[in-house]
Amino acid sequence: MTGLSVRQLRVVFDGFVAVDGVDLDVPSGDVRFIIGPNGAGKTTLIDAITGLAKAGGSVTFDGQELLGRKVHRIARLGVGRTFQNSTVFEELTVLQNLDIAAGWSRGPLTLLRRRTSVPPEVQHALETIRLTAARDQLAGTLPHGQKQWLEIGMLLVQNARLFLLDEPVAGMSHEERDATGQLLGELSRDHTVVVIEHDMDFLRRFARTVTVMHAGRILSEGTVAEVQADPRVQEVYLGHAMEAGNA
Amino acid sequence: MTMIQDAPITSNSSAAKAPRRFQALIGFGLAAVVLFGVAPVVLGDFRLSLLAKYLCMAIVAVGIGLAWGRGGMLTLGQGVFFGLGGYAMAMHLKLADAEPGQLPDFMQLYGQLDALPWWWKPFANPAFALAATVLLPMLVALLLGLLIFRRRVRGAYFAILSQALCAALAIFLIGQQGTTGGTNGLTDIQGFFGYDLNDPLNRRTVYFVVAAALLAVLGVAWQLMRSRYGELLVAVRDGEERVRFLGYDPANVKLVAYVVAAGMAGLAGALFVPAVGIISPALIGVVPSIEFVIGVAVGGRASLVGPALGAIAVAWARTALSERLPSAWTYFEGLLFILPVVFLPGGLASLAGFLRRRRAPEEVPA
Ligand SMILES: Nc1ncnc2c1ncn2[C@@H]1O[C@H](COP(=O)(O)OP(=O)(O)OP(=O)(O)O)[C@@H](O)[C@H]1O
Ligand SMILES: [Mg+2]
Repeated sequence: MTGLSVRQLRVVFDGFVAVDGVDLDVPSGDVRFIIGPNGAGKTTLIDAITGLAKAGGSVTFDGQELLGRKVHRIARLGVGRTFQNSTVFEELTVLQNLDIAAGWSRGPLTLLRRRTSVPPEVQHALETIRLTAARDQLAGTLPHGQKQWLEIGMLLVQNARLFLLDEPVAGMSHEERDATGQLLGELSRDHTVVVIEHDMDFLRRFARTVTVMHAGRILSEGTVAEVQADPRVQEVYLGHAMEAGNA
Repeated sequence: MTMIQDAPITSNSSAAKAPRRFQALIGFGLAAVVLFGVAPVVLGDFRLSLLAKYLCMAIVAVGIGLAWGRGGMLTLGQGVFFGLGGYAMAMHLKLADAEPGQLPDFMQLYGQLDALPWWWKPFANPAFALAATVLLPMLVALLLGLLIFRRRVRGAYFAILSQALCAALAIFLIGQQGTTGGTNGLTDIQGFFGYDLNDPLNRRTVYFVVAAALLAVLGVAWQLMRSRYGELLVAVRDGEERVRFLGYDPANVKLVAYVVAAGMAGLAGALFVPAVGIISPALIGVVPSIEFVIGVAVGGRASLVGPALGAIAVAWARTALSERLPSAWTYFEGLLFILPVVFLPGGLASLAGFLRRRRAPEEVPA
């Protein structure tokens, strides 16, 4: 089966169960939002999928088992992720960041030579993430929003087919959010996208399907409307964020 | 795909920048003029062989700049590789010095051996010995690196482990007096591939060989730093965990820089032997290994020429100071290490960049 498939996933930190038997299916081409209160286990779920956190159960992407593989092997299978606080290489330029992200399969001869031109996929990504003008700027000097886009661009050139984005619009301005939402739409044409997000407004506008997590488990799943109508979800959120848009 | 052109590459990062080709050519040209033209004319025989010794330190420093400055590995154990290169060279020269059919002088002196130990024998072959001076340290670094980096040993643990290896090698050499010369090391080296090292002219030639080696090593480091690998190495330095998610195994990336740095240290050790006439445990142990790093810190660890210049400056200061105030040197050396680390992490090289920026603020990219 294609897409992401998680079965009975369980992550335990020193006796504390952070992810407790999660089943999750994200078919390819979906834009899935994962929401849930702080500490629900959303980031830990992504950590487990990408090999960062040790987990029990099973995770397959396009039929390949991911659990038990090393982080860089999972990345090579087409699984890419971003982090809650952006982690671009600040001492390198935008171009260098992207070029490195595009390069794990390069041979030693290419690596030992200087880059003499901008690789086509990097140029394409620069345009997609709207950073062509900032190409030679140090990534550390970019505003927060553009750093997040750069991370998305890095996933693009890395040839990731599954994008796992951890709170990509946190701290962004309204315009940046809109631009990011558009970007997600463009991405979803040929990628599977999973977005962890707290911003309900953003979710309503750009999610195709939603999964709600709470205390390490899946609480509810469905379209935005279905999830919003679920009384258990309303209870967890104590009304505030969901209710505002529940009209 | 019409919009895709071969756009020129510019980088404004101090840490990620290697000099551009044009600048680099001028720099290499200048260095060559100073090393081959000026120094041999202004310096007498004694000072020139001192400079040869300093240039050996500079060769080690270039490697440390790569591994530490660009790769983030605090290589506090380069004495191991310097020593392997030095002993490989010295063993060959001792065998060449000995009368045909005789053991090297120190083995006769200690008088416990009837025949040459088996592991000395291959070093009688000049080609083997020469190759070993560089390849042996690289091989050892490869094996060590595979163990160390795969297990994610880094930071202070890596530095301490490197120091421990230095101590171990020095202690081993001291313990094997009959076959390694013990504490004295391998001394009284007379000839260098048929040339008499007591002849001042030949000693000058040795200086030229060392100078040429330094330029070659700088060339290798320059190419590595400006290559895609060089950029990747900086990325691994700044975000070792992050590059894993891009599909790289950082252990392999670090391994390359570590092995290259070891090869450079080995080459430096090998050249040190004809330049100074001795290799001994005291030259490769814990303290000299720290001293290698001090020069790099002073000069600027992430720059190309900073480490080399820093190493030369520190070695020169050491000679000058310890001639006059032997007891003060140790304290001064401690200061030299602490000051750049605390106040000028980029070393003297960053000072040059700072001045350039002050003079030309309009150069700052928009
Ligand atoms: N390395 C760790 N060791 C111990 N506990 C951890 C570790 N990482 C996460 N946790 C705990 O696991 C739980 C889930 O954390 P996680 O970061 O996955 O939450 P989240 O849903 O991403 O929350 P947020 O919305 O705040 O980002 C939290 O209670 C957290 O304290
Ligand atoms: Mg989180």
